[in-house]
Amino acid sequence: MGVEGIGARVARKEDKRFLTGKGRYTDDMVVPGMKYACFVRSPHAHAKIRSIDVSAAKAMPGVIDVLDGKQLQADGIGNLICGWMVHSKDGSPMKMGAWRPLAHETVRYVGDAIAIVVADSSGEARDAAEAVEIDYEELPAVTEALSALEGGAPQLHPEAPGNLIFDWQIGDPEATDRAIASAAHVTEIELVNNRLSPNPMEPRATLGIYDEAEDHYTCYTTSQNPHVARLVMSAFYNVAPENKLRVIAPDVGGGFGSKIYIYPEEIVCLWASRKTGVPVKWTSDRTEAFLTDAHGRDHVSKVKMAFDADNRVIALKVDTVANLGAYMSLFSSAVPTYLYATLLSGQYAIPAIHANVRTVYTNTVPVDAYRGAGRPEATYLLERTMETAARELGVSPAELRRKNFIRTFPYQTPVIMNYDAGDYEASLDAAMQAADWAGFDSRRASAAARGKKRGIGMSCYIEACGIAPSAAVGSLGAGVGLWESAEVRVNAVGTIEVLTGSHSHGQGHETTFAQLVAGRLGVPIDSINIVHGDTDKVQMGMGTYGSRSGAVGMSAVVKALDKVEAKAKKIAAHLMEADEQDIVIENGELKIAGTDKTVPWFQVALAAYTAHNLPVGMEPGLKETAFYDPSNFTFPAGCYIAEVEVDPETGKTEIVQFVAADDFGNIINPMIVEGQVHGGLAQGIGQALLENVHYDPDTGQLLTASFMDYAMPRADDLPSFTLSHQNTPCPGNPLGIKGCGEAGAIGSPPALINAITDAIGHNRLTMPATPMKVWQALQPAL
Amino acid sequence: MYATSYHRASSVEDAVRLRGTSDESKYLSGGMTLISTMKQRLASPSDLIDLRHIPGLKGVSVEGRRVTIGAGTPHAEVATSQAIRAVCPAICNLAGHIGDPHVRHMGTIGGSIANNDPAADYPAGLLGLGATVVTDRRSIVADDFFTGLFETALEEGEIVTAVTFEAPEKAGYAKFNNPASRFAMTGVFVAKTAGGVRVAVTGAGSDGVFRHPGFEQALQSNWSPDALVSIAVDASGMMADMHADADYRANLVKVMAKRAVLAAA
Ligand SMILES: Cc1cc2nc3c(=O)[nH]c(=O)nc-3n(C[C@H](O)[C@H](O)[C@H](O)COP(=O)(O)OP(=O)(O)OC[C@H]3O[C@@H](n4cnc5c(N)ncnc54)[C@H](O)[C@@H]3O)c2cc1C
Repeated sequence: MGVEGIGARVARKEDKRFLTGKGRYTDDMVVPGMKYACFVRSPHAHAKIRSIDVSAAKAMPGVIDVLDGKQLQADGIGNLICGWMVHSKDGSPMKMGAWRPLAHETVRYVGDAIAIVVADSSGEARDAAEAVEIDYEELPAVTEALSALEGGAPQLHPEAPGNLIFDWQIGDPEATDRAIASAAHVTEIELVNNRLSPNPMEPRATLGIYDEAEDHYTCYTTSQNPHVARLVMSAFYNVAPENKLRVIAPDVGGGFGSKIYIYPEEIVCLWASRKTGVPVKWTSDRTEAFLTDAHGRDHVSKVKMAFDADNRVIALKVDTVANLGAYMSLFSSAVPTYLYATLLSGQYAIPAIHANVRTVYTNTVPVDAYRGAGRPEATYLLERTMETAARELGVSPAELRRKNFIRTFPYQTPVIMNYDAGDYEASLDAAMQAADWAGFDSRRASAAARGKKRGIGMSCYIEACGIAPSAAVGSLGAGVGLWESAEVRVNAVGTIEVLTGSHSHGQGHETTFAQLVAGRLGVPIDSINIVHGDTDKVQMGMGTYGSRSGAVGMSAVVKALDKVEAKAKKIAAHLMEADEQDIVIENGELKIAGTDKTVPWFQVALAAYTAHNLPVGMEPGLKETAFYDPSNFTFPAGCYIAEVEVDPETGKTEIVQFVAADDFGNIINPMIVEGQVHGGLAQGIGQALLENVHYDPDTGQLLTASFMDYAMPRADDLPSFTLSHQNTPCPGNPLGIKGCGEAGAIGSPPALINAITDAIGHNRLTMPATPMKVWQALQPAL
Repeated sequence: MYATSYHRASSVEDAVRLRGTSDESKYLSGGMTLISTMKQRLASPSDLIDLRHIPGLKGVSVEGRRVTIGAGTPHAEVATSQAIRAVCPAICNLAGHIGDPHVRHMGTIGGSIANNDPAADYPAGLLGLGATVVTDRRSIVADDFFTGLFETALEEGEIVTAVTFEAPEKAGYAKFNNPASRFAMTGVFVAKTAGGVRVAVTGAGSDGVFRHPGFEQALQSNWSPDALVSIAVDASGMMADMHADADYRANLVKVMAKRAVLAAA
């Protein structure tokens, strides 16, 4: 391993750039002749567009052009699509309504784009956007999923009667119902998973450049997956064929899922650049981000969990309604189905599971994957139910979980997933010990003496990462494969470039990927550069989401390294007149094992490129490519414990301790992993205590459209975290790693709500548990 | 932001003259409210008259128990003033909990009270202290100055030049933050002044900052949190929004009043 290899706490190579303000983000890109765009957006949640008059706007100072959706459609630019086909239980395909990049007939949420203004300055573009005159016929709006399903609700898309997109199920309904009927105890609960705004630090931005001489487009964009953006814009939106379209995602300041999708703005700016003959840049402001970045979660569920007389779970039945917003975003259909219901077995051996999921259109911004994507919803549901069951059964929450843990692997759940490895009890024990669970009663008593209500709660989560085997997701409806690619280029002097289809937008790939190579070859980490985010440099790749960069992206690097090493050994064997089987690579040298005969790494590289003395028939050069397609998901799991004190006078919750015990398999860089867990916990705590997207239910106006009203977690809302790692290496990939990017956000909300409901003594509480809601929950019921 | 013309005033008279040249002009102090409102295009002054470089408007003076704070004094300066802390620590603590460090180093007491945001902290402090607002043309007692939501007694073009008050025998402030903005969801300032006990509440009332006579009487006869326990707070005059409904705010008014008395010790 060494000081720079796998397992070392190497300081992040990219941080100097980021911390000194030298990062280069999309909005930093400036090209000659560049102009600025402003989008004209709907102020109404639902309206017909009677007419659009751009004449006054076009006459404004600095305006180059104002373009609308009719022109876009006339030029053959396609509608936005959802790339994952889900079928209803009656066999019918999901009902996808048309999402036009620029609406010209109907607008369906506040912020829906209608026209683009291109001007000399962003101020002039914005002035002119206000001068575009649109005659709307306002229509009634609906923002909540359950209301949208009611008879008489406003209808969003003619393709989807009753606003129902699909009515899908998984598992065995009959076996589940039978088990529930025979149960000794059934715990029933209704749960709401609140709606969240992703809020990456860097808002979305794009710069579209059309080069008429080459008939070629370049798109700078804030993307987690530039190749997927190119593929989709080329194959579905008819922006340009792939060979005529370069997509660059430079430094990207956080995504949390929201930058997976291809939004109207990048498509429209590319098209507008061709129409106007100038490069067109658009940068979202924060309110635009609240209005138009895909939101996360927004589920309402009914749950039944059935137990036998011995407190073993014998069945789980779930009925979920998921709000997908006004249009189906790129992976919106997969999140509340294959990324959610397939995790409903949790860490428990549950013989019968049935989940029914209905997805619904509403007059709100589209909802898609957000840190955790489906797994936080599953975990919240299961772990709130488990805790409630323990209280109803009068048993300790830890013992109820322990009794039901899966203990033998591989384990086939009734909901598709096949868990490969895990030791749930190890994390539970580690967390309980770190939290001094046994000492809680005395802490509760001393809090009571201070007038505080103290509570403790746990959550045992499992998630599926490293998405995913291409054939498996293909059979479930995915429109793409989810492998990853890598290229390892050894230069003639022995320095190395690793080109990866993974994309770093805060994860630290420039460090961890380099650690992998440094450890394998024993060369200095500074001799290795990680290249990503540019479709002209990197071969086709699938990008970063679902904690897949390590398990899938690095596995591709391992495969390419294997090939590079094999060739390097051949060359070294030739140079030293030895057998290639006897060559080992150590400390930057190729060595004949058991001797002191070596050739330095750089000399092998040089030999490969001078090609003066290579084995007969060998091609010059030292550069290899690999594609890695995983054979299974990976299954990080762990146990989180939250302990809180509630001030009964104000309802304010203070987190007095938070313990996270995670099994991520092998770990490349513990410091970076801890940072990922900290960030995930902050987001999960944000969901549990603070964050909530609030649309006015009557008008569909977004009331939480700035940080003055949308409560983000701040440093002083959070405790110091107590972390530990258990390790059951993942058997499915060469590095034995599982992924750590989302766990914190997945496991923490139920632990906190379990702790607060423990403190207040009942379950009538929804997220976010704001001071007002907790205070209300403490008032005598009327 | 819409285009605007910037003017740097060299004196109060200069500022008033510049302000008079256009009826769409506005004074600029810390800009913590005005600039962000302009960025959101909710305000569009044709001209900005910058008051920050007028020498006489800045700084703190304490003579005996008389405290005078120049209108252009940033919150951070009030928060850390040893001279004020010696006679009235409550107002330092209030200033030290406004916004974040950026806001406290830019935002000013004059801008804050001229703006009179119903969730701002200083209005409670000034009303609770029975302070006097000094302008370029007169003195206005706090009871007359704050007239409603974002409304004050200031006339067109009138400039706040200073705030002055007699340090009370005791005073305390307790604030319950709005979880998102961290403005006061309810803030209560209590003071035992020469003229009697005063209790001022911000962040809660639907007409902005207000005094609570019931609390004042109770504390007048018994300066103790217990004196407030039996006094009802009427929810009907409370603000209600997605963060806090009227009943919850009414509860916070009482809880924060008790804590303010405790803080005053
Ligand atoms: C993120 C954030 C958090 C905040 N949190 C809090 C908080 O917790 N509590 C709180 O109380 N406040 C808070 N504020 C507001 C802050 O205190 C500002 O200082 C205050 O609102 C305005 O002061 P300013 O000097 O910036 O005034 P400006 O923004 O420059 O002006 C505000 C208004 O007052 C007028 N004005 C300015 N100076 C004068 C003068 N001398 N005479 C007459 N009119 C004048 C201007 O024309 C304008 O209409 C927050 C602000 C921000 C941005």
